[in-house]
Amino acid sequence: MTRDEIIAGLAEILEEVAGVNPDDVAEEKSFTDELDVDSLSMVEVVVAAEEKFGVKIPDNEVQNLKTVGDAVSYIESNA
Amino acid sequence: MPHTDVVVTGLGATTPLGGDVASTWDAMLAGRSGVGPLTQEWAQNLPVRIAAQLAVEPSEKIERVKLRRLDRSEAVALIAAHEAWADAGLADSGLDTERLAVSVGTGIGGAMTLLAQDDILEASGPRKVSPHTVPMLMPNGPAAWVGLELGAKAGVHSVASACATGAEAIAQGLDIIRSGRADVVVAGGTEAVVHPLPIAGFASMRAMSVRNDEPERASRPWDKGRDGFVLGEGAGVVVLERAEHAKARGARVYARLAGTGITSDGFDIVQPDPEGRGFVRAVRKALAEADLAGSDVVHVNAHATSTPTGDMVEVAGLRAAIGDHVVLTSTKSMTGHLLGAAGAVETIATILAIRDGVIPPTVNLDDPEDGLLDVAAHKARHVDVPVALNNSFGFGGHNVALLFTRP
Repeated sequence: MTRDEIIAGLAEILEEVAGVNPDDVAEEKSFTDELDVDSLSMVEVVVAAEEKFGVKIPDNEVQNLKTVGDAVSYIESNA
Repeated sequence: MPHTDVVVTGLGATTPLGGDVASTWDAMLAGRSGVGPLTQEWAQNLPVRIAAQLAVEPSEKIERVKLRRLDRSEAVALIAAHEAWADAGLADSGLDTERLAVSVGTGIGGAMTLLAQDDILEASGPRKVSPHTVPMLMPNGPAAWVGLELGAKAGVHSVASACATGAEAIAQGLDIIRSGRADVVVAGGTEAVVHPLPIAGFASMRAMSVRNDEPERASRPWDKGRDGFVLGEGAGVVVLERAEHAKARGARVYARLAGTGITSDGFDIVQPDPEGRGFVRAVRKALAEADLAGSDVVHVNAHATSTPTGDMVEVAGLRAAIGDHVVLTSTKSMTGHLLGAAGAVETIATILAIRDGVIPPTVNLDDPEDGLLDVAAHKARHVDVPVALNNSFGFGGHNVALLFTRP
């Protein structure tokens, strides 16, 4: 799976869970500061991403996923 | 000591008859029923397959992502509260939100969320349970959401007294203003539990109508053929305001909330006191607080749910507390029983009866009980209504009487 494919998958989840416009989803964007994903919605995003990409994202890892790019890298190396 | 005058300056509702106050009121005056068949697959094995479901789905007024975080009872409370808020002219009015409180209750609360998330827990495990579960199912959720969206900072309250909740929340609103803690209270009730479990539970108590073949004729308060209540869903919210505050800002005033009476039966967990003593005391307290006599009351929007026992206990109590002269109605004949929202939606009907000089009908009263008082049966009745009473009772022995007068 390419990074672009992972971004597209995350954009789908972010739209469903938090109403984020898919056009706004890019590697450098911060989930909380720029995409307005609050902490409860972030939990939903993580659970949905685990299912979609077949990865485990432990709670202590979630705090390191500040930007979309962080999440893409984590998924890329753990899927 | 003279009481602080409190008036109603805003109304909001979403009910089985309409998605707002105007459409609900029009439907009531036309005698339309909001009761219909439950066509969902889950209903087909239930003894009760009818209900009064919302006329307008919350998804038509609240966007999808926000709705994911709201229990249905919270969504309808928000819709009613925003209507009442705008109706009162308080949006962008510069109201000091430290003088704004909320009193919005629910009888059952977030049961739909609880049951849906339990299904997810069983099917997919704990990690799939939504992080929004707790704020969606907590019984203070509707009040908290209303407080959040209106910015209320003088306290957010959620009374729970079963089917008396909506009325008790409004009574509490009056007390909050009279205590000096707030100038404005957004008050009411909400309920949305059209789901097989609550229906099965009420049906097991033999409290619900099983007139499945004639949904629109199932809710028939005081009719000899009644066989129980019909479950409804919706919300009603009013804006209560210190009269001087309303006057100072030039607000349109619907009515005065002149007095309230709250009592408890101390008799049984579900059965009403057969002599209605707790209810009679509630009405007398409301009259005393309002400094009015029973003979002043022209109209009563009764609790009358269409159950075999409760309806006539209330009539006997009214006869004792205020006399034989009043004109009754039960709008539940059209809305079904909105449980925790009932007292609030019926408060709105009571206030509009005062405003318009018309009492909405009690439909389906084809064969009235012997010894019944005068009821606006079948058709709306035009009559001057300077003073009107709204009653609500709830499982647990709760009695609430709200007395409204023309401003």
